[in-house]
Amino acid sequence: MIRFDQVVKRYGNTTAVDRATFTVERGELFGLIGPDGAGKSSMMRMLVTLLLPDDGTITLDGHDVVADYRFVRRNVGYMPGTFSLYTDLTVEENLQFFANVFGTTIQENYHLIAEIYEQLAPFKDRRAGALSGGMKQKLALCCALIHRPLALILDEPTTGVDAVSRAEFWSMLRRLTTTGITIVVSTPYLEEAALCDRVGLINDGRLMQIDTIGGIVASYDHALWRIDADNTRTALQVLREHPAARAAYLYRSSVMMSTDQELDPEHLTHELLRSGVTGARVSRAQPDIEDRFMDLMLEHA
Amino acid sequence: MTPTATIVADRLTRRFGSFTAVNAISFEVRRGEIFGFLGANGAGKTTAIKMMSGLLMPTEGTAMVGGFDVSTEAEQVKRSIGYMSQRFSLYADLTVRENIRFYGGIYGLKKAVLNERAEHLIRDLGLDAEADRLVGELPLGMKQKLAFSTALVHDPAVVFLDEPTSGVDPITRRQFWEMITAAADRGTTILITTHYLDEAEYCHRISVMVDGTMAAYDTPSAVKSTLGVHTMDEVFLKLTRTSP
Repeated sequence: MIRFDQVVKRYGNTTAVDRATFTVERGELFGLIGPDGAGKSSMMRMLVTLLLPDDGTITLDGHDVVADYRFVRRNVGYMPGTFSLYTDLTVEENLQFFANVFGTTIQENYHLIAEIYEQLAPFKDRRAGALSGGMKQKLALCCALIHRPLALILDEPTTGVDAVSRAEFWSMLRRLTTTGITIVVSTPYLEEAALCDRVGLINDGRLMQIDTIGGIVASYDHALWRIDADNTRTALQVLREHPAARAAYLYRSSVMMSTDQELDPEHLTHELLRSGVTGARVSRAQPDIEDRFMDLMLEHA
Repeated sequence: MTPTATIVADRLTRRFGSFTAVNAISFEVRRGEIFGFLGANGAGKTTAIKMMSGLLMPTEGTAMVGGFDVSTEAEQVKRSIGYMSQRFSLYADLTVRENIRFYGGIYGLKKAVLNERAEHLIRDLGLDAEADRLVGELPLGMKQKLAFSTALVHDPAVVFLDEPTSGVDPITRRQFWEMITAAADRGTTILITTHYLDEAEYCHRISVMVDGTMAAYDTPSAVKSTLGVHTMDEVFLKLTRTSP
């Protein structure tokens, strides 16, 4: 449904998107995941024809987004990172407006938005500017869906949103994919990768890995150790200097250390004690997506 | 009030018309403690932080911050605190060095002291080569680390961190937490809000606000065991889903 082929975007001397290549299948929920400034928004803005690529090609359902931008504009629903509806129109007027612009009616595609819009219906005469954050987001999603697009492009819809509202938003997206719509969503929250069919991990303009979350975590090929101690910060300093350590980080109330070789936990405990770290407990830890992401960052640095 | 408490809130309340944003919350944060101030959007966190920073008068109740009363000694409170948020902290069109001097100057640091601290801070952050570059040109992660150090330049008793790690990469996020932990070990009291629930586990104690009240207030592990759950996500869902 969506194909990026060696896509490049530069701003002056900065390469915001560096030869991005990936495809998104019809009906797939695809995540673009990475920190602020990684290039997620630039990729999305090129896809929805708001920005021209400097190199490479992007197609939507076989149509080139530059040459055939009219097709693309008719067939994508785009929700930008900042709230972009008309704050001085009511909820219903906004929806009506977007339906009209795309030459359709609210009634014609109501089934697509019914479940979300029902939660907004009690406020249909309220001006969009006076809605709460969660309600604004639901309205924006309805407006992006009302013309029955082939693909829905959502730029960081869950950023700054609390954990409960985030979970609700993701379950809405999951239900939408059952209608066959293709969804591309960006997020800085790495753990949200688990809610996508597949994700692309992005940092510094580069797509570092594209896979399912299972595939991404499984590709972590180092040993990961969790070390708890009476004084975590001292333990961290000692472990950073350890000859076997690839990297050591403070993580929650523990130290996480990665190594390329097996370690004897008991031996490490003794070593730590000799360096003045008391109460050390060493155990093997399961890597998660953050561990893999950090690893990829080091590989690409 | 325990002798080591830097923040003491006693039935702290704020109403806006008929709406009670913060409803009689009482809690203490000790010197050198990292306190996670959690809650859903709209639960009252920002209103509570504004009162504790001397920016908003309580309707009822009191809060003492760094030994000063937020209702009657708001100016002294403002001088005793540091503040950093993701949205606004540094001036993008000033250089690294200018930003540090600007903040230190506002807090009345003497020129000699300020110069020394600025150079020290630049060295600690490894920013020697970037000291005369505009902050707007720095990568986000570096900006956030600089903003945190700048919020500490006047050696405040308490620093309020409002979603400081939002949108930063995981390596920077962990480095950032290392800086927070180091500052706490030096005796600075940290009050932090975050939407990354795993970050609650870095905190010594946390509170979870729900509809203006404190629905939980304890160590992360005690909060989890009291609710009979294993993760912070579950804590959050359990506490905030009960409200309409």
